[in-house]
Amino acid sequence: MADDTPLLALTGITKRFGEVVANRDVDFTLRPGEVVGLLGENGAGKTTLMNIAFGLYRPDAGTIAVAGKAASIGSTADAIALGIGMVHQHTHVVARHSVLENLMAGLAGRHGLIDRAAALARLAEIAAAYGLGLDPDQLVGDLAVGEKQRLDIIRALFRKARILILDEPTSVLTPQETEGLFSAIRALKADGVGVVYISHKLNEVRAITDRVVVMRRGAVVADAVNDGTLTNAGLAVLMCGHEPERITRTPHQTGAARLELAGLRLGKATQPIDLKVHGGEIVGIAGVSGNGQVRFAETIAGVQMAADGTILIDGKPTSAGSPRRMQQAGLAYIPEDRLGAGLVGALPVSDNMVLSRFGASPFAHFGWLDRKAMAAFAERQIASYDIRPPDAKLPIGLLSGGNQQKAIVARELALKPKVLIIAQPTRGLDVTAIAFVHRELMRLRAEGCAILLISDDLDEIFQLSDRIAVMYESAIVCAMQVEQATVAGIGLAMNGGAIEVPA
Amino acid sequence: MSMLDIILDIGFFAAAIRLAVPLLLGTLSELVAERSGVLNLGIEGMMLAGALAGFATAHVTGSLWLGVLAALLLGALIGLLMALLVVILRLDQTVTGLGVTMAATGLVFFSYRLGFGESAVPPAITPFSTIPLPLLSDIPFVGPVLFNQYALTYIVYLLVPALAFFLFRTPAGLALRTVGENPKAAAGVGIDPIKMRILALMAAGALAGLAGAYLNLAAFGSFTFGIISGRGWICLALVVLGRWKPFACAGAALLFGAVDAFQLRLQTSGSVDLPYQLFLALPYVATLIVVIVNTRFAAAPAALMEPYDPEKR
Ligand SMILES: Nc1ncnc2c1ncn2[C@@H]1O[C@H](COP(=O)(O)OP(=O)(O)OP(=O)(O)O)[C@@H](O)[C@H]1O
Ligand SMILES: [Mg+2]
Repeated sequence: MADDTPLLALTGITKRFGEVVANRDVDFTLRPGEVVGLLGENGAGKTTLMNIAFGLYRPDAGTIAVAGKAASIGSTADAIALGIGMVHQHTHVVARHSVLENLMAGLAGRHGLIDRAAALARLAEIAAAYGLGLDPDQLVGDLAVGEKQRLDIIRALFRKARILILDEPTSVLTPQETEGLFSAIRALKADGVGVVYISHKLNEVRAITDRVVVMRRGAVVADAVNDGTLTNAGLAVLMCGHEPERITRTPHQTGAARLELAGLRLGKATQPIDLKVHGGEIVGIAGVSGNGQVRFAETIAGVQMAADGTILIDGKPTSAGSPRRMQQAGLAYIPEDRLGAGLVGALPVSDNMVLSRFGASPFAHFGWLDRKAMAAFAERQIASYDIRPPDAKLPIGLLSGGNQQKAIVARELALKPKVLIIAQPTRGLDVTAIAFVHRELMRLRAEGCAILLISDDLDEIFQLSDRIAVMYESAIVCAMQVEQATVAGIGLAMNGGAIEVPA
Repeated sequence: MSMLDIILDIGFFAAAIRLAVPLLLGTLSELVAERSGVLNLGIEGMMLAGALAGFATAHVTGSLWLGVLAALLLGALIGLLMALLVVILRLDQTVTGLGVTMAATGLVFFSYRLGFGESAVPPAITPFSTIPLPLLSDIPFVGPVLFNQYALTYIVYLLVPALAFFLFRTPAGLALRTVGENPKAAAGVGIDPIKMRILALMAAGALAGLAGAYLNLAAFGSFTFGIISGRGWICLALVVLGRWKPFACAGAALLFGAVDAFQLRLQTSGSVDLPYQLFLALPYVATLIVVIVNTRFAAAPAALMEPYDPEKR
């Protein structure tokens, strides 16, 4: 399939943001019908490079050629006109517009009018061809994160791009949706479309790409054909220079129930949830995303009101519906939408690090903020979590996606919580960071914290949990010790099937 | 005359519409700017500049329509200036808008004195007269109220559905709304948020200029420094009341116009013995109350007042 003139050729690209060199003399090519995996640690410069190709950023040096012709891409409109489409790492959608409006924005329309009929037809076409569908009239603000990501992918497919850039497109997709995307990619490949696939999920990268390009600290360090000899460990070594460790769980004695949900009902019409999480225990909540996991986590964290039932921490009932009081009771919460609910992009890293507790000692005395203590704390956290670039004064919004994740995890875990609710803890993290977060969770577990781990990633659930519970239609449909659980059985329960549990 | 008599009078309704039209123009102007994500506090100044441009041009050339054109052009020019400051240079929209209003006000006073001097009898023009529309104006009650108006008013009647159509049915309207909600998302689909905002501010300026010019070309026939007297600020409230939708904005402007017409008549009827300042305050109080009740349901464009910087994330 591959022919010799590259569809996209980036040559000598350099891009600086202040002192940070995000891209350093990068060469990158993509041929028709080729899927190239772009790998690298958090902050390696993958997104920056592709934003340059898509006209969002201007390079400080270097040239771009599309289909053999030098191209000056000054805006996204230029890029789109050249047949480039991009799915962004953080979804860029308009919450208050409908799905269809989001899809039609930027399209030329017909006879000066927006062409609803054509858009509906194209949406149906994409649903039929790749199994990626959405309700056209639904408000995007009401969609789950996974559905928003699907919307972004559908939007990129909408325009029949010749060059498709996918920046961590599956970070919040279910396995089924990921399979749908893969079949879409294969079909596009057959039509001669070139695809750039950025991901930290090495299994996916090995499955779908023809070639991988690895970046480290802004520069390309490897460019290898995916001929079946690549291994996850090998790729990880290329990315970070050493082999990451895989954290494993050692069975141990758990303590008394620390978090207890009694008859908790998320909605008026849903089944009540009874669940206990003991000290030193990790309970993994498996489930297909969109089955009420977000609501579940937010209800326990006090962000939303429960329809019914009680939440007890260390045997004491807590007054629901107040995040602050839940926090005072010893609960820490790391939401899945970290950018929206967890961080304030314009504030520096140091302030974000103490967001949930800047009101009290050691960060404030008699109502005055102690800037020194805040800065010292942030420096310490930055060092131990290896947040890059290591600058506490940088607005947190400027960090790469993965580094923002590390910052919020660092903040909440520093609270030494009695109970921790953590949703999608390693979404978007590179292998080193994943190992780090997993180790932190294990450390908390050893210290007797009760941990509720909500994750779409079954591997992660099986790797860390002492007990696994399955969430389906806003209720817990089964719970069992990890030793009794099988991937197949859990997968069945996640889709509403009955599960046989040995007594 | 009792209060009921006031309201049941055809003249009252016609007056309500006359008072509402300039407000409606201003509200539509603000709607366009805010839908693109820019709060235009320059509107009061743009209206005043439009009023003078319209008046002076009509005075010199003798053509009211050239006056209209001049008001549109000057408004668009000030809109462009405002865009330069808040869209290109990304200055603070509140401060810049107030600055534009103050600068425009000062320049208008200065130019008026320069051009017309200080005369005991202020110069005047013959304003537009009302044109009864054939057939339509014969409809009982509705005819004399709605269809015996100035030509400019008829244009405004058309402007409301036209703007709604533009916003909700055309690609450019969808692009404008997308920019106002999330400029990054707009850029991601190939819309240029900067260009959109510049165009929106120019259109908003033109509409604001026209709103100002209406006041002397259609209503008063002369120019005074107090001609706008806060109508621009009222439009800022009316666009909230109208939830950033053209038809609802028309309703909001009509409501304000009706209360204003009511208080004017109540004052002159002498049936209620209260200081006139209280009457004058009535429309503002009414607006305030409705805004308080209504804002719970209203949501401003999500990116309102947020400067767009393509290289920021
Ligand atoms: N708009 C910006 N302003 C300032 N710095 C930026 C900006 N965009 C990126 N950077 C910096 O450039 C570097 C590369 O970031 P980039 O987002 O390209 O990383 P990445 O490889 O995509 O990482 P991740 O896997 O975490 O998404 C980071 O250090 C980041 O902080
Ligand atoms: Mg990235």
